[in-house]
Amino acid sequence: MNETLFAILEALPYLLQGALVTIGIVIGAMGLGLIMGVHMAAGQVYGNRAVRRIVGLYVWFFRGVPILVLLFLFYFGLFALIGLNLSAFSASVLVLGMTTAAYQSQIFRGAIQSLPQGQLKAARALGMSDLTAIITVILPQALRLSIPGWSNEYSIILKDSALAFVLGTSEIMARSHFVASRTYHHLPLYMTAGCLYFILTWIGVQALLKLESKVRIPGYTR
Amino acid sequence: MTQGQGPILRVENICKMLGGKKILNSVSLSLNKGELKVLIGPSGAGKSTLLQCINFLIPPDRGQVWLEGTEVQHHRKRDLYALRQQIGMIFQDFNLFDHLNALENVSIALRKVKKMGRSAARERALAQLEQVGLGDKITLYPAELSGGQKQRVSIARALAMDPKIMLLDEPTSALDPELIGEVLSVIRDLARGGMTMILATHQIGFARTLADEVLFMEDGRIIEQGPPAELLAPNARTRSRDFCSKLDELYEENL
Amino acid sequence: MDTAFYTDLLIPALNRGLIMSIKLIIPSGILGLMLGIVVGTLRTFGHPVLRKAANGYTAVFRGTPLVVQLFMLYFGLPNLGIYLDAYSAAVVGFILCSSAYHSEYIRGGLLSIKHGQVLAAQSMGFSTFKTMCHIIVPQAVRRALPGCGNEIIYLIKYSSLAYIITCIELTGEGKIIATRYFRFTEVFMVIGCYYLVLVTFVTAGLHKLEEKLQIPGFGTIG
Repeated sequence: MNETLFAILEALPYLLQGALVTIGIVIGAMGLGLIMGVHMAAGQVYGNRAVRRIVGLYVWFFRGVPILVLLFLFYFGLFALIGLNLSAFSASVLVLGMTTAAYQSQIFRGAIQSLPQGQLKAARALGMSDLTAIITVILPQALRLSIPGWSNEYSIILKDSALAFVLGTSEIMARSHFVASRTYHHLPLYMTAGCLYFILTWIGVQALLKLESKVRIPGYTR
Repeated sequence: MTQGQGPILRVENICKMLGGKKILNSVSLSLNKGELKVLIGPSGAGKSTLLQCINFLIPPDRGQVWLEGTEVQHHRKRDLYALRQQIGMIFQDFNLFDHLNALENVSIALRKVKKMGRSAARERALAQLEQVGLGDKITLYPAELSGGQKQRVSIARALAMDPKIMLLDEPTSALDPELIGEVLSVIRDLARGGMTMILATHQIGFARTLADEVLFMEDGRIIEQGPPAELLAPNARTRSRDFCSKLDELYEENL
Repeated sequence: MDTAFYTDLLIPALNRGLIMSIKLIIPSGILGLMLGIVVGTLRTFGHPVLRKAANGYTAVFRGTPLVVQLFMLYFGLPNLGIYLDAYSAAVVGFILCSSAYHSEYIRGGLLSIKHGQVLAAQSMGFSTFKTMCHIIVPQAVRRALPGCGNEIIYLIKYSSLAYIITCIELTGEGKIIATRYFRFTEVFMVIGCYYLVLVTFVTAGLHKLEEKLQIPGFGTIG
């Protein structure tokens, strides 16, 4: 028992460094997903038929193929094919980011479509261009409404980031597996890894709850 | 009818099909500076569509709009945005921006469209809100305002842009009866101040006292128009009169 | 372009893998849903102690990555003297994990039914059991169906993780060939297509089912 505890304590600093890598992957991927997702959602709601088609196809593809397959496809295949020589870390960020973009776009699209149509009309009636109206009127509200969905997506991507270890990214999972296979304390180490993920999920979700109440509009219920 | 110069707004032969149905069938009207024309008619007559065709929120299939003698080229985005700044619009269901408080609702277009500075826009918005009697409600959000207050904010929002014309699309029909009065009194002040307006409404009594002319719409056409005293006279044998007496029965409005 | 690579090598291997994937998905899907219904019901109506336990179970399995859970089962349990083969470890992991997610939707479905309906049923002499069978469950199932259906789709995609613990299914078979012949892009594209077909097919089926169970005006708010 003591031996197990010792093994965990000894591995902990190493695993915590891995947690930093995990956090990096998640922040990078969520950020990329946010930027791409907002554009895709706007394209899907306001774009012409061709744009809607392309976004629809993108979403269909990234939501239909397992992350693991996407990681292999892009890291060993497509990135190299277009001459990109990426580190495992950057590749993980890109692939997870592109994947969450597909999901995030649908969160934002739902939020945009749940807003009353009249506000866009009122903005146009004041002489705003569509772009100005979307930026100043639609997005501030749609993004607020998206926070719960985004928080959900955060916890999914955090867990999916554990798959980055198949590319050799040295995050929590990779490090715990590495230590486990050398010390044979598999169970305790994976449990420690699980706890780290659990804590990271909790912190992120709490932070987003804080954000949600902070930007809440008085009296607004929807 | 014209006093020296031509009408400030002229609309000609506007046609609009929606979902295979003719909503507007070659509608024309003109509006002189300082005039208030009231648009009445049953729901579905096309009043709302007509008003939204005038500032191209709904692009008409056919027809022209002249503002101060120049034809609006609505395919040119810049012209279109310029036109809309000069035409204020009030909607039935207010369409306030839910994420902005009263003051920001009024100042946002000043800043983003008219490119005013933050403090200038704020001052202007404040003055406008005071004019509609909401000087003490500027930090409240739409969800915290009553219907009547929301509509007054939306009027302030439109007025802040210094419009040459106001289009009011049934501004009181989404309001509880006890809140109608406060909005009507703001509109009355506007009319007395000489604002040029087209008002679609079911408030016949109100229309009668203020309107220079009543336009009666049915099935996408203006079928009658004239001074309220003629069109709505108790013994007038007009469609407008019939329609209004039906409305009166419905709302038990005392004429 | 050598068709022999595809016809003689890749496709037969992937088909073999596909069968393994299906062998993973079907029992995991069915048992996962059943366990999810039990856990969800316990979380909603159970004895306070059981409710706590079921909530804890759900939090743990939803809060940690599936790959960590699989590693615990496959590499970790031997520390306790329990040995599972790769296939069993994968199926057990999938069942446990997906039941936690299912329970969330089941619970939501059960909670969405107004207490008034229970009172109405009981006022007409329905027993508790009959109220459950005839009033609550038929509504809860409809409410939970979109979420549970989504979970099945996730299961299809995440079944690819089985390969990491050496249960060679669709992704695994492909990975072996891709690595041996160094043809990553094409192999993983084809694997992606397999999953896309599977996911699209099942999604369509679930939509059909939802439509079939559709009650006018029901569920428009949920």
